[in-house]
Amino acid sequence: MEIQAAKYLAAGLAIGLGAIGPGIGEGIAASKALEAIGRNPEASGKITPLMFVSMAITESTAIYALVISLIILFG
Amino acid sequence: MGLNISLAPEVLFYIGSWPITNTFFWFFWVWLALIIGSFFLRKNLKLVPGKVQNIIEMLISAAYDFTESIIGQGKKAKRIFPLVATQFFLVLICNLLAYIPGQAAVSINNGELMVPLFRSVVADYGLVFMMTIITVITIQIVAIVVSGPFAYLKKFINITSPLNFFLGLMDLIGEIAKIVSLSFRLFGNIFAGEVLGAVMLFLAPFFVPLPFLFLGLLTAVVQAFVFAVLTLVFISMASEMEVEAEEKVNI
Repeated sequence: MEIQAAKYLAAGLAIGLGAIGPGIGEGIAASKALEAIGRNPEASGKITPLMFVSMAITESTAIYALVISLIILFG
Repeated sequence: MGLNISLAPEVLFYIGSWPITNTFFWFFWVWLALIIGSFFLRKNLKLVPGKVQNIIEMLISAAYDFTESIIGQGKKAKRIFPLVATQFFLVLICNLLAYIPGQAAVSINNGELMVPLFRSVVADYGLVFMMTIITVITIQIVAIVVSGPFAYLKKFINITSPLNFFLGLMDLIGEIAKIVSLSFRLFGNIFAGEVLGAVMLFLAPFFVPLPFLFLGLLTAVVQAFVFAVLTLVFISMASEMEVEAEEKVNI
């Protein structure tokens, strides 16, 4: 296999596999937050920013994978 | 025609042998504007606030209330607030400046090839890394001051049992991993937003990139917030070691 082809393959694999966990995790976070808002709509002002923060933290493993694949591609 | 994306910021020109990159160029102006703006604001502080002072007071007091809600009221919040608020507003302003329409089209010739004059400042790993280093050093100083140097060292090098020794090593790795996780989170998000925007513009120049721009705008605000909040949480965690130690003594 040529090196360039292996690089593209590695970048695709890195981000594709790395996005599985955070995808599930963010879905759980969003569903729980929406459930909570549905039960208590007055608390939505408090829940929404916390949801964004926790989603951003959940996302971080996907971002690591993304940074790795960007380094493979463009670094 | 091809996509031109590089991880490192592009060099605009040289002063002597010192390369001036486009992120440095832009950050310089942001920095200057912030310093001069806050200087004039401080000089013109009035008891009855004008429009600008009113808006800034609102922002600052909201940020301060939030800081207090996480770290508790009193001295701690007052001490930690300047660092956290500076980080938040700096990252926020830098991120939002990248969404001024039209700036992406300006490019100049640096002698070898055409490079864009502007680039999102946070998409330069150097700046993010230095901000993270400041945060991590602050965390270590707070932890050492609060728990004392020997008690702090004991947390990492514990030879009472093999398990404790292993856990101490894990703690040490955790402290180092903080640098990577904090800086990669901010840098990765912003840089990925830039790359996504560029790829979308390349694939379909009209209307299709719009939703991605909105997504990038959301990311810009949220990531500035997350970076500051994580700094705040880490420092408040480091400052609460003392309480645990005291409780153990009392028991």
